[in-house]
Amino acid sequence: MSSPEQWTHPEPDAAPAATAAKPTAEQVIAGLRATDEGGADLVQLLTPEGERVTHPDFDIDITPEELRGLYRDMVLIRRVDREANALQRKGQLGIWVPLLGQEAAQIGAGRAMRETDMAFPSYREHGIAWTRGINPTELLGIFRGTDQGTWDPVEKRFHPYTIVIGNQVLNAAGYAMGQKFDGRVGDDEGEATMCFFGDGATSQGDVHEGFVWAAVYDAPLVFFCQNNQWAISEPTERQSRLPLYQRARGYGFPGIRVDGNDVLATLAVTKWALDECRHGNGPILIEAFTYRMDAHTTSDDPTRYRLSDELEMWKLKDPIERVKVYLVRQQWADSEFFDGVEADADKLGEELREFCTNMPDPPAERIFSNVYAEGNPNLEAQRDEFLDYVSGFAGGEH
Amino acid sequence: MKTTYREALREAIRDAMNRDDRVFLMGEDVGSYGGCYAVSLGLLEEFGPERIRDTPLSESAFVGAGIGAALNGMRPIVEVMTVNFSLLALDQILNNAATLLHMSGGQFPVPVVIRMTTGAGRQLAAQHSHSLEGWYAHIPGLRVLAPATLEDARGMLWPALCDPDPVLIFEHNALYNLSGELADDAGPVDLTRAAVRRPGTDVTLITYGGSLAKTLTAADELAADGIDAEVIDLRTLRPLDADTFLESVRRTHRAVVVDEGWRSGSLSAEIAARIAEEALYELDAPVRRVCSAEVPIPYAKHLEEAALPQPASIAAAAREVVRGG
Ligand SMILES: Cc1ncc(C[n+]2csc(CCOP(=O)(O)OP(=O)(O)O)c2C)c(N)n1
Ligand SMILES: [Mg+2]
Repeated sequence: MSSPEQWTHPEPDAAPAATAAKPTAEQVIAGLRATDEGGADLVQLLTPEGERVTHPDFDIDITPEELRGLYRDMVLIRRVDREANALQRKGQLGIWVPLLGQEAAQIGAGRAMRETDMAFPSYREHGIAWTRGINPTELLGIFRGTDQGTWDPVEKRFHPYTIVIGNQVLNAAGYAMGQKFDGRVGDDEGEATMCFFGDGATSQGDVHEGFVWAAVYDAPLVFFCQNNQWAISEPTERQSRLPLYQRARGYGFPGIRVDGNDVLATLAVTKWALDECRHGNGPILIEAFTYRMDAHTTSDDPTRYRLSDELEMWKLKDPIERVKVYLVRQQWADSEFFDGVEADADKLGEELREFCTNMPDPPAERIFSNVYAEGNPNLEAQRDEFLDYVSGFAGGEH
Repeated sequence: MKTTYREALREAIRDAMNRDDRVFLMGEDVGSYGGCYAVSLGLLEEFGPERIRDTPLSESAFVGAGIGAALNGMRPIVEVMTVNFSLLALDQILNNAATLLHMSGGQFPVPVVIRMTTGAGRQLAAQHSHSLEGWYAHIPGLRVLAPATLEDARGMLWPALCDPDPVLIFEHNALYNLSGELADDAGPVDLTRAAVRRPGTDVTLITYGGSLAKTLTAADELAADGIDAEVIDLRTLRPLDADTFLESVRRTHRAVVVDEGWRSGSLSAEIAARIAEEALYELDAPVRRVCSAEVPIPYAKHLEEAALPQPASIAAAAREVVRGG
């Protein structure tokens, strides 16, 4: 349990107001403390130094091959992230939403899922997309502004990205209820749903209502909250007095805080949670304690509201480095392996650049597509009028 | 003084905060971040975290809390990032803000001001780009404002805060960088009248907010064609100042309504209906409307542009009513 001090905010008048450029000393300390300590309940299996530790409730047998796979996933998705970020800087993407720092949370959670499980992402879940078998190139259209994402959500069991904060949680609750009504829950072969959202989202009514619904219908739903410490410029303390995972108790289901920078712990906890859900013991809340290492999006400048010290501290907890250290120390991987992963990352980066710069602009009719599942006479009339008007301009394909 | 729409809004907030200590601003990221569109940048340093409040991420809660604070005598300015997200607070706006005075037998006025961004044109896709101010203009009990100029950005907030009723202010996202001259002593403006932004004799173009600049551009194009268009900026979408546009239509005998909202069941429909009710026999041609395509706002730049009213489509509609197509 958290100590009582954690249950109250610092006195608002205790110190002079901070300026954007210069927080007060108290704020610096409070900020560093809040973001440094995951607390006694934090589930961890691999320390930031790369030391394997055990946990009484959650442990995992991992083969060298599996761990190499997780490492590779994280390196590749980080490369995708950096590459896309660079493409945005070069004007090839309108915006990018970086996942830097959250690789372990996403790869751990994503690799815990089975093909039959369903995922509802928010907008930063490129790592989850990767684990669902979605080619990163399929994400690019969303950020280049040419399409809304091209994967098939039914086939991949990966819902489209959600932008309106928290509102996918209700849809996930409904989807999971459907799995239960369909009798696809109850044994080892059962299905489950995962819903991804951020620390900021936990303040939305939709998320609370989703908790209530999933609880009263025993829905096979894992709420996976990536607490990356920030909701744009607002720290998690602006959203909650209580550590977020402890909220679950009030709704009547377990809540667990896992080291979101520890891919092993995240994998173990999520596997357990999904298993519980498969067997009909859902829902469950997981708070993955992690850090957004980069800006909120490429439109954001985090120096306006947070300290670089905080970032430096989290760099020491890098999700990829600790796995590398462990792999080397165990002699589970040699330099040939690491070079191979690097080469794969280079190749992936190249593919992304190539794909991005060659994406075609969509045709004008697209404006009127998929507004209704079947035809609609009013809309068809508007479309015809529009295309007629457009064709009046010289060279007016669009 | 040279300024921008964004700075004029900020100056209006600053002025209101200085005039009345019951005024405070709250919303997501309005503090050190300075608001989603940087309107409140610097105000945290000036007024402190009690009066420039970052809120938990919850539209229904901060709009509802704004209503509660207003009931208790405060004068809150609530900032919602975009009109799309105001839908999470629609219950509070309609069922409480707009209704409490009536349902409390006049005991509970709700002097809250809710500001939000509206409109498309910045490639923010279908969940950040709609123009839903027409929906709010449908609701009795609200005053709905759409500042389209520096004067109105600077001058609408204070009278809105003085209004005992809830006021919604819609800031079109294309306007924040609008720059120009603003009088040093610019201050509160009248909220009751529409404005003639360009006098003319041949056709009345009725618009507001983010479409004003496009409509003025269309009017220039039309002038080159020998068509003298009058441009009316509604300014207040509810209650509508119909007299100003009806008077104009009676002179020009032709009307085009330009509205970035969707056409069916819309504010543009309301204006066309008022003209039909009050001035049908003055018309030499049917009223035309230039609105957004009735689709979720597209994402790709060229598709987004094509889906919105543009100077060319506005001018084409005006030519049609003047020359019969
Ligand atoms: C309903 C709604 N309100 C506001 C926003 C604007 N917004 C986009 S992301 C964001 C912060 C979300 O923070 P968090 O839930 O912690 O997720 P993170 O971005 O950190 O992954 C906000 C306020 C939005 N998209 N939807
Ligand atoms: Mg966050």
